Amino acid sequence: MADRRIRIMIAKPGLDGHDRGARVVARTFRDAGMEVIYTGCHQTPEQIAAAAIQEDVDVVGLSCMSGAHNYLYPAVVNLLRDQGADDITVIGGGIIPERDKEGLKAAGIKALFTPGEPLDSLSEWVFKNITPRE
Amino acid sequence: MFTKELLDQSSQLRKKWEDEVKKIVAKQGDLKERWSTVSDLEINRIYGPEDIKDMNFAEDIGYPGQYPYLRGCQPTMYRGRYWTFRMFSGMADAQTTNKRWHYLLTTGQTGLSTAFDFPTLMGYDTDDAHARGECGKVGVAIDTLDDFLTLVDGIPMDKISTSMTINPPATILWAMYCAAAEIKGVPLTRIGGTIQNDMLKEFIAQKTLMCPPEPSVKLISDTVEFGTKYVPRWNTISISGYHIREAGSTAVQELAFTLRDGMEYVEDAIKRKGLHVDEFGPRLSFFFNSHIDFFEEIAKMRAARRIWAKAMRERYNSQDPRSWWMRFHTQTAGCSLTAQQPYNNVVRTATEALAAVLGGTQSLHTNSLDEVLCLPSDHAVQIALRTQQIIADETGVVNTIDPLAGSYFIEALTNEMEEQAWDYIHKIDEMGGMVEAINKSFPQLEITDAAYKYQQQVDAGEKIMIGVNKYVMDEEIDIPLVEIDDELEKIQIERLNAVKRKRDNKKVKECLQDIKAACEKGDNVMPFCIEAVKNYASVQEICDIYREVYGEYRDPGVY
Repeated sequence: MADRRIRIMIAKPGLDGHDRGARVVARTFRDAGMEVIYTGCHQTPEQIAAAAIQEDVDVVGLSCMSGAHNYLYPAVVNLLRDQGADDITVIGGGIIPERDKEGLKAAGIKALFTPGEPLDSLSEWVFKNITPRE
Repeated sequence: MFTKELLDQSSQLRKKWEDEVKKIVAKQGDLKERWSTVSDLEINRIYGPEDIKDMNFAEDIGYPGQYPYLRGCQPTMYRGRYWTFRMFSGMADAQTTNKRWHYLLTTGQTGLSTAFDFPTLMGYDTDDAHARGECGKVGVAIDTLDDFLTLVDGIPMDKISTSMTINPPATILWAMYCAAAEIKGVPLTRIGGTIQNDMLKEFIAQKTLMCPPEPSVKLISDTVEFGTKYVPRWNTISISGYHIREAGSTAVQELAFTLRDGMEYVEDAIKRKGLHVDEFGPRLSFFFNSHIDFFEEIAKMRAARRIWAKAMRERYNSQDPRSWWMRFHTQTAGCSLTAQQPYNNVVRTATEALAAVLGGTQSLHTNSLDEVLCLPSDHAVQIALRTQQIIADETGVVNTIDPLAGSYFIEALTNEMEEQAWDYIHKIDEMGGMVEAINKSFPQLEITDAAYKYQQQVDAGEKIMIGVNKYVMDEEIDIPLVEIDDELEKIQIERLNAVKRKRDNKKVKECLQDIKAACEKGDNVMPFCIEAVKNYASVQEICDIYREVYGEYRDPGVY
């Protein structure tokens, strides 16, 4: 049994302001018993990585609907790795075409949740795959 | 509204009907317990005269073109003129978008509507670090007047009206439109169009953000004042509910927050600019969503007309009937469409478009079937446009005005939505107005509550989305997807650099200083913006001035 609750940061990288998914997912994780930090919109990958490290989170969940995910998501992964924080898991969601999913997974995004996923499946995945970091 | 005799008769017959219903339900049950709209508003099994008996025919219903305009702002409505077929459109660079615009015009659309990319929407140039990866992905990339002139190439600006979905940088894009018109020899008194320019709903829902609420409202009042004086055929604000609804609100919340936003703008223009309400009232316009629940949307639009008319006349003492007209554009609901089985979206868009027409919209955009996944292809957008044309020319719904008037259900639902909307409006009044309510996160939290509840209902199977939680199929998505080339960013940056090399940089600097001075003194920025864009100042160069003087607003991440 873990000492502490899972800490998850929901972040919106880039300029996309469509945050309905991020807000609903943030509430889902909160109601599932995780500690949730939501960054709000318009975060740069640098800001997200810095906040994730500072807040000592276990998972970062990225949300982007604007089609800029191929640049933004790997950028977050790379920044975390470069700062020695590659034990922070990065997952993502949003408008991600099928053809982009493989590339994102190869770049280090551990899971992708796209339109139609029931909310429970997200928290189930996190509980199953994430243990709080030491 | 009905005689005692009729009501007695109805009461008797209703009792008979209720007895029959009880027998049937006892034997075989209803399909489900609760029957509600997509907004979770409960709907009765039946409606009759008793549900609207307290209405006053002349005061509450009347005829089109008569206060409070329930049945339409204008006496002849679609018999005189169809709604404008106005497809929201923008992609990649100005040249590509210009091509799509000409395609849409030859396919039969009657008004233009501009979708910008995120860097432009957020007041960044393509070469800024914030813009990386975003160029042209959700709309057209515009950095300077050079791009804008390409965008409107071959467009008769004296004959066609153009809407621009742009918020923090609205002054700048409107300045570019005005500058382009002048270059083409079309006087500002002749150009027609709309800038969305509704910052309150940005803080509430759409989140294209730049400066804090107070200076944002000031810039909006600048455009209202400028339009009133110099561009009389321009709608300087499109007071919007579409985005509020897309963010997850209920129909009543969309109705209430939109109209209350409108009231906030009216009050600011009067207070800050000393304008009389009727100087600008006729040029305020609205923008609503048309979501999947057919009757709820029709009732919402009718209620909106009545609420606005009453507000303008009674709250603001407007004397000009043209100020009482709630004229609106509608877009069918993006959030109702599914990535699963995307061809189903054609049907959704069609019923939503029909609702908007029965609701009396002045202008309509219909979503394409592929827009859940990407920007629309030529073929998908053609189907979306044909949807409107079929409704207009084949279905016969335009033969008569406001055909649903007098329906017990529609009038009862319209009344109920109006009443609930006024409750919200008064609540926001008590908070000190919409800016205050936003600072307290009131509308934002109402919306997130509604969005979360809806998602839980979908997950529980209480609200159905075909293809998502009912009639689910294991399938490959086989529709062609529009891709925006990542290389475009480099080309656009080169274009921007070339403009900066060619222009008179000293003059640009002076223009930017003039804008800064106007901001600091509280003067109207519009004339200075027009001068600056004519000299090829960029979107970001001007926005950076706004950010410097007014400060930057950060989304507080309320959920």
